[in-house]
Amino acid sequence: MAALRTTSRLFAAARPAFKSQIRTRTMATITSNGTATAPAVPPTQTTTVKEPAADADSKIKTFHIYRWNPDEPSTKPRMQSYTLDLNKTGPMMLDALIRIKNEVDPTLTFRRSCREGICGSCAMNIDGVNTLACLCRIPTDTKAESKIYPLPHTYVVKDIVPDLTQFYKQYKSIKPYLQKNTPAPDGKEYRQSKEERKKLDGLYECILCACCSTSCPSYWWNSEEYLGPAVLMQSYRWLADSRDEHKEERKAQLDNSMSLYRCHTILNCSRTCPKGLNPGYAIAEIKKAMAL
Amino acid sequence: MKHSGLQREVLSLYRTCLRESRKKPANTRLHFELYARTEFDKSIGLDKKDFGAIEYLLRKGRRQVDMYSSPGIRDIR
Repeated sequence: MAALRTTSRLFAAARPAFKSQIRTRTMATITSNGTATAPAVPPTQTTTVKEPAADADSKIKTFHIYRWNPDEPSTKPRMQSYTLDLNKTGPMMLDALIRIKNEVDPTLTFRRSCREGICGSCAMNIDGVNTLACLCRIPTDTKAESKIYPLPHTYVVKDIVPDLTQFYKQYKSIKPYLQKNTPAPDGKEYRQSKEERKKLDGLYECILCACCSTSCPSYWWNSEEYLGPAVLMQSYRWLADSRDEHKEERKAQLDNSMSLYRCHTILNCSRTCPKGLNPGYAIAEIKKAMAL
Repeated sequence: MKHSGLQREVLSLYRTCLRESRKKPANTRLHFELYARTEFDKSIGLDKKDFGAIEYLLRKGRRQVDMYSSPGIRDIR
C-alpha cells in the first residue's frame, strides 16, 4: 500500500512535464507565463463543500490536553485547548480524543486499542481522576472544561503516553504465572473446585492499566521499591490460587519493609480503579496472610 | 574542577558508552564511539540549567545504551 502510494506520488510529480501533450484533466493551475490573470481567491471562497454552520443547539466543549514533544526536550510541556461539538462526537472521552486526532490535530499522541475497557491502553488522568478514556463519559456540562493529563508521576514518552517500563518490570518480578513442583495427578490439567475458583474473582479481571498504582501517593514517593497496588493485587491473585505451590517463596519475596508494607491503606487505588476492582482489599488480605 | 551531580551522571553515561563500545568487534568499534559522540553533540547547545531536559536526555541515553549494548548488534552507522 505504501509502495503504491509513493509511486502514484512520483507520477503526480512528473505530470506537469507532459501536461501539454496529455489533456486528460482540467485543473486550476497557476499560469506559466508569470502574469497572474486575476488576484488569488482565498480558499474560503473557492471551496465547493458547504461549511457546516454553527447550530444554535450545538454543544461546544473545550478540552485542555497536556502536550509535550520529546524531539524538542528544551521546550516546556504546555496545555493545548481544543473545542468540539458534543453533538457530533461519541459519548466517551476516547471518542473526543480520536476525533481531535482525526480532524483537528494529527500530532496529538495517545495510546488506545480496544475502545471498550479490555486492553487498558488508554489510561490517563481525566479531570483529576486516573481512568480509562474509553470508559469515561464526557461530562455534558459544556461550561466546565475538561483537562486531560498523562498518568501522574510517570515519565512521559510523548503527550499523554506514559512510560510504564518500571511498572511492567515490577509485574515481572512477582512471577505472574503458575508455579508447580508436582505434575497433575491425571497428567492433564490442574483442577480446581468451584469454591477455589471463586477466590480469584475480583482479582483476575485486572487489566494492568496502572491507574491504581499511579494514583497511590506511597507509590509516587517509592516507585522504585514499593510494588504498588496493581502488582500487589496480582501477587495476591497467585497467593490465593489453590494450584500454586510456591506460596512461601512468594510471601518471602514480599517480606520486607518496602515491597508490601509501604501500603498505608490510603485506598486511592480502590477509588480510582476503572474496572471497579478492590486492590486495597487484596493488599489487606496479603498483610493478613503474612501476619498469620 | 568540581562537577555537579547531574554533570557526573552525564559523564558516567558517556563513559558507559565508551566502555560498551569496547565490547564490540574491533573493526566497528570506532562507529559506536562516533555514534555516541554525535548523540551527545546533538544537545551540546542545551541550557545547563534546563534540568528537566537533561534528565530526559539522560534517561533516553541510558535506554539507547541498553539497546545497543546487546551482543547481537555488531555495527552501527
